[in-house]
Amino acid sequence: MQLNFVKKIALTAALALSTATAVYADVIDDIKERGTIRVGVKADYKPYGFRDTDGSIVGIEPELAKDVADMLGVDIEYVPVVSSNRMQFLEQGKVDLMIATMTDKPDRRKVVSIVDPNYYSSGTNILALKSLGLKEWTDLKGKPVCGIQGAFYNKATSQNYGAKIVAFKGTAEAYAALKAGNCAAFVYDDSAIVAKTKDPEWAGYEMPLATIDDAPWGLAVQLGEDKFHAMMSGIIIAWHKSGRILDLETKWGVTNTPFAKTMNEN
Amino acid sequence: METFYEWFLVLYEDTGINLPFMYDDYDRGRILNGLWATIKLSAICVLFSVIIGMVGAWLQGSPWKVTRRVVNVYIQLFRNTPPLVQLYFFYFAVGILIPRVENDWGGTSPLIDSFGWAVISLSFFAGAFNVEIFRSGIEAVPKSTIEAAKALGFSRLQIYKDITLPLALRVVIPSLNNNLVNLVKTTTLAYAIAVPELLYESNQIWSDNVNVTEMMLFLLIAYFVLVGILVWAMNSWDRSLKIPGFGQ
Repeated sequence: MQLNFVKKIALTAALALSTATAVYADVIDDIKERGTIRVGVKADYKPYGFRDTDGSIVGIEPELAKDVADMLGVDIEYVPVVSSNRMQFLEQGKVDLMIATMTDKPDRRKVVSIVDPNYYSSGTNILALKSLGLKEWTDLKGKPVCGIQGAFYNKATSQNYGAKIVAFKGTAEAYAALKAGNCAAFVYDDSAIVAKTKDPEWAGYEMPLATIDDAPWGLAVQLGEDKFHAMMSGIIIAWHKSGRILDLETKWGVTNTPFAKTMNEN
Repeated sequence: METFYEWFLVLYEDTGINLPFMYDDYDRGRILNGLWATIKLSAICVLFSVIIGMVGAWLQGSPWKVTRRVVNVYIQLFRNTPPLVQLYFFYFAVGILIPRVENDWGGTSPLIDSFGWAVISLSFFAGAFNVEIFRSGIEAVPKSTIEAAKALGFSRLQIYKDITLPLALRVVIPSLNNNLVNLVKTTTLAYAIAVPELLYESNQIWSDNVNVTEMMLFLLIAYFVLVGILVWAMNSWDRSLKIPGFGQ
């Protein structure tokens, strides 16, 4: 009885493994067979991926994902991911493709297959009251600056420019503290700040400094999916050439970023 | 001293045990700041919460119904809500209602900063428990002792401060000890409103260096030592208050 049970498990595992290998052999065939592509996108990062008032996920990245689905002639399923689980979702095959504001880093390339060229790029900037008249990063010296706990640029901002970092758990708390006057500025991704400055609620605020730490974003497929990888590479080149990224930025209220402009010209 | 610090760099290279607050000046500054903020926050909150406990227990025995009601409402409110919710409430909800003052960087900010709110919130939180703790001690003082004091012409305040409280103190120290230990541990919640205490600074360090395991171990030991010092102080106070025939 015991042996039988063990045998059964072993058999199931072997079977699962062989199907898995078959599936992983080519994810494109699998997507077409399923009729749906599952794409991991952000749902809390306006305007790159966020929930509309009716609950559906919209934004620049979901639209890019839709392009891929249209090209393959399949339906799309958005899977909301966050920074701490996005690579795992892709690794475990819960999503076929991940476009989730991920900064392209060498150690991440070991876990997932990040597609070249990079589709986007962003850096660090601050949101601050216009009335403070901040011009240079060094103007932050000695001032309390809100941040997000765990962001890599906190240390740099305080070490290089002498700002006193006041870091909160999430963006909502940091924005509230900035509004209440507990800090002089909020240091965060420039792509997110740009969207805030467009918000009428933040009318008196600006993004006054030159962006630093500009880093490219990478979309990713599973390791070993060479055919899908090559296809996505072609799609990204087409996005840049046709000005699709620039159009989407304009559509979602983002000033055209230097990165997107350069990629379009080349 | 410098060689001592460098030894930790060697330790990191040889074993992978990364303690950047030992060899990196900047991170050492962060940890020392955090440690100082935790000690300061704990000491101030312990002091205020004990005062609140003593005063609250006295007011609870007030002949006026209104005073007793107010103390009871305070206890229910602060004892029955989570301290983290209280911190958020004070900092984000009350914080925007209080007057703003001109600050030194050219803007206006609320009169009370995150550290101030942490002191207020945590003192009242632990104070609510302390009121009940002191009450239990006061109720343990024999009625006949108080009647004797009344007969000798002591006023209500005199009876409380010279007779009831000193006797009650000897009864409540073990449970007061418990509550104050909890208070010191609860100061870590101030991390949520960005008070740069030990947990907050440690979080900054492990985010930059990805040495979560080492920092967790360090935090555990640090709080064990800090609370250990408090417990030792409370125990020696307990011993020094010993009087024959009462309590022990």
